[in-house]
Amino acid sequence: MLRFILTRASLLIPTFLGVTLLTFLLIRLVPGDPIEVRVGERGISPERLAQFRHELGLDQPLWKQFLDYIGGVLSGDLGTSLVTHNPVLQEFLTLFPATIELAFMAMLFASVVGLPAGIVAAVKRGSWFDHGVMGLSLTGYSMPIFWWGLLLILLFSVNLGWTPVSGRLDLLYYVEPVTGFMLIDTLLVGEYGAFWSALEHLILPTVVLGTIPLAVVARMTRSAMLEVLGEDYIRTARAKGLNSRRVVGLHALRNALIPVVTVIGLQVGTLLGGAILTETIFSWPGVGKWLIESINRRDYPALQGGVLLIASTVMAVNLLVDLLYGVLNPRIRHAR
Amino acid sequence: MKRILMGAGLGMVAALALAAPANAAKTLVYCSEGSPENFNPSLNTTGTSHDVSLPVYNNLVEFDRGTTKVIPALAESWTVSDDGLVYTFALRKGVKFHAVGDFKPTRDFTADDVIFSFERQWKKENPFHKVSGGAYDYFADMSMPDLLKSIEKVDDHTVRFTLNKVEAPFIANLAMPFASIMSAEYADAMLKKNTPEKVDQTPVGTGPFQFVAYQKDAVIRYKAFEQYWGGRQPLDNLVFAITPDAAVRYAKLKAGECHVASYPNPADIPAMKSDPAVTVMEQEGLNVGYVAFNVSKKPFDDVRVRRAVSMAVDKKTIVDAVYQGAGKPAKNPIPPTMWSYNDKVEDYPYDVEKAKKLLADAGLANGFEIDLWAMPVQRPYNPNAKRMAEMIQADLAKVGIKATIKQFEWGEYRKRLQAGEHQFGMLGWTGDNGDPDNFLYTLLGCEAARVGGNNIAKWCNDEFNGLITEAKRTTDQAARTKLYEQAQVIFKEETPWLPMAHSVVYMALSPKVVGYKMDPFGLHPFAGVDMKQ
Repeated sequence: MLRFILTRASLLIPTFLGVTLLTFLLIRLVPGDPIEVRVGERGISPERLAQFRHELGLDQPLWKQFLDYIGGVLSGDLGTSLVTHNPVLQEFLTLFPATIELAFMAMLFASVVGLPAGIVAAVKRGSWFDHGVMGLSLTGYSMPIFWWGLLLILLFSVNLGWTPVSGRLDLLYYVEPVTGFMLIDTLLVGEYGAFWSALEHLILPTVVLGTIPLAVVARMTRSAMLEVLGEDYIRTARAKGLNSRRVVGLHALRNALIPVVTVIGLQVGTLLGGAILTETIFSWPGVGKWLIESINRRDYPALQGGVLLIASTVMAVNLLVDLLYGVLNPRIRHAR
Repeated sequence: MKRILMGAGLGMVAALALAAPANAAKTLVYCSEGSPENFNPSLNTTGTSHDVSLPVYNNLVEFDRGTTKVIPALAESWTVSDDGLVYTFALRKGVKFHAVGDFKPTRDFTADDVIFSFERQWKKENPFHKVSGGAYDYFADMSMPDLLKSIEKVDDHTVRFTLNKVEAPFIANLAMPFASIMSAEYADAMLKKNTPEKVDQTPVGTGPFQFVAYQKDAVIRYKAFEQYWGGRQPLDNLVFAITPDAAVRYAKLKAGECHVASYPNPADIPAMKSDPAVTVMEQEGLNVGYVAFNVSKKPFDDVRVRRAVSMAVDKKTIVDAVYQGAGKPAKNPIPPTMWSYNDKVEDYPYDVEKAKKLLADAGLANGFEIDLWAMPVQRPYNPNAKRMAEMIQADLAKVGIKATIKQFEWGEYRKRLQAGEHQFGMLGWTGDNGDPDNFLYTLLGCEAARVGGNNIAKWCNDEFNGLITEAKRTTDQAARTKLYEQAQVIFKEETPWLPMAHSVVYMALSPKVVGYKMDPFGLHPFAGVDMKQ
């Protein structure tokens, strides 16, 4: 087991380097450096431009800038934002809990709704329920996030007034961040009204961000279940006289879960990507919105650091998924 | 771990407003469009960042609410020496600074605070000069380092600024956000604690509201400053709810989650106007979008060709199509909200036949080819330069001019225009200090016509330049107005630009908001604003 983890972890090193290099180069390929973007049409004198470029190290050759950056990263220094002048890591850590909270709830929503829907659709293959689930999931998968979000806001927040339009918490409450997770922080201070408010604010963004993963999970569960349900051992189990719930719930589901878990793991990347749009619509103070702003302002350190940290998160989750396989199916345990 | 419940009425948000008692605190929620870079206006160049400093700070002089007129603020009065070089400010007494966090001011506002606020930006040896990046773009752009000779404290309540040359717009510069007055005592305290950057993140000023908290990318909170020298505000709390999407800001306004929303989508304006839950305000922005004729190159060295092109372009149709209601056709180089705007000037009419005749007079009856440069980006004064260029191209084809549209990356684009590589180039400007000098001298003066200068028409007219230079050296505003009005007449005759439009800025408000005045600089000030309960 340990050996497996170590092997996998060692594979992460080239991935890290690749991500860092790619981000580093891509943002520099975008025309306009941070200083020129800042000054706009009023322009800047060549002397001042040279002075600022020098201070930021932008006058160094690219390879040297990259080596300096990597050197910093290895010693745990992701640099400071060119815009706010705060350490990048500190900014990221302030905003990341909001993104995790949202992504976690979206995944939870996708799994809690998607798994049963997929299972029932598989068991009742060909029924109206099956067709309904498949049709809806195809619709959900093709839904443009921005449009979907605005539609839900107009219906539920503006017309019906059931949910708040955007933000994380009613402005009546001011909760000093401790963990950064609003659901936890509001409970820590014992303010249940704030907790409910945070929950209410989560509903729409969760649904919007969770829609695509929900569609994927439902479809994947259905097809995996269908495959497993056709296996000999299921027939055997049924022949033994086990009740249908036990056959489906225990024997079939456990084996069908492997591809589903893989998909859920892969969806984490999609979720973090979708979070960028969802956060913008719902004014959600997470890293997605922050990254978009960093691109617009050519905030090189913030963007590089942010992408690196998000990539690490995705890699970590996928490593975790690999480990989960062993739990689900002892035959794929990695220890040798 | 501390929870502050901000008074029962703080949530003027829909549900709670109903339950709020009659004497509840008044809270105005402003749905703003983005996050500030920090809370120090001298470091920033964007309106979004300047907006968040406005409630906190005062300047020596300020713009009268809703106008570009300069009025006394922290300086009760000032005198200018006869040679126009020495400005002496009598400072207001008994002005208190905010107490924020563990900082408690021990003294009132004095000359030391003025000197600190300017020396931080000016003097490299000031311990704060390099703090938070130390890029004082506006201080540099307004030529303050060249202009300032000295700033001296005469006594605790008198400050003397001496200039190197006469510059009438100087007083307007002092009303700009970069010239906000900060607390020298607070700065010292933070320096001693080795956290100088806190000065820029947790602001302490003398303004109508004091800073309470900022949750990054989410919410900024202020409360009324009880000891404000200008009198306590009618509002108790001011909250900025950062909401980047315009459609969502509109939804929040409708749902009662905010009371003022910035930058509505132009496409939503008609719906907003018919919506009883929304009041729409509009005003021409302090900007101009134009296409400059490069007069240093053929064929635009001939004024007849410039006039012909001005007549060949159907400005109104183009502005309607490109700005979609959020723009008004421009005839002068300065916007109508600016003092000295000459409304008597008449624009060239759209007249294809006359344009053809003028071209024939210039010996160009058989048509010719030009390049037409269009910005690659959306700007406040021009939402769609490419579309505008295509429409101008089509109009010019009707008089036999074949225009080829050229685009470059934004930084490169500006550099090449300033170098004068174009024939016919599109650009624009947003005003800084509300002074006509900021448009006319900066964009059309002879000094700026050099290669690399902001005068991209490369137009240098002695008569025009004489007028605007004299206006710069005259401190009497009535006399300056006359000079600028005359300059606009020459501009129209010589027509170095084809002025296209002044964009219109909209604001969406709840009918509960009372006394909001649109700011000609495009900022969002809340001093003096009230709410109906």
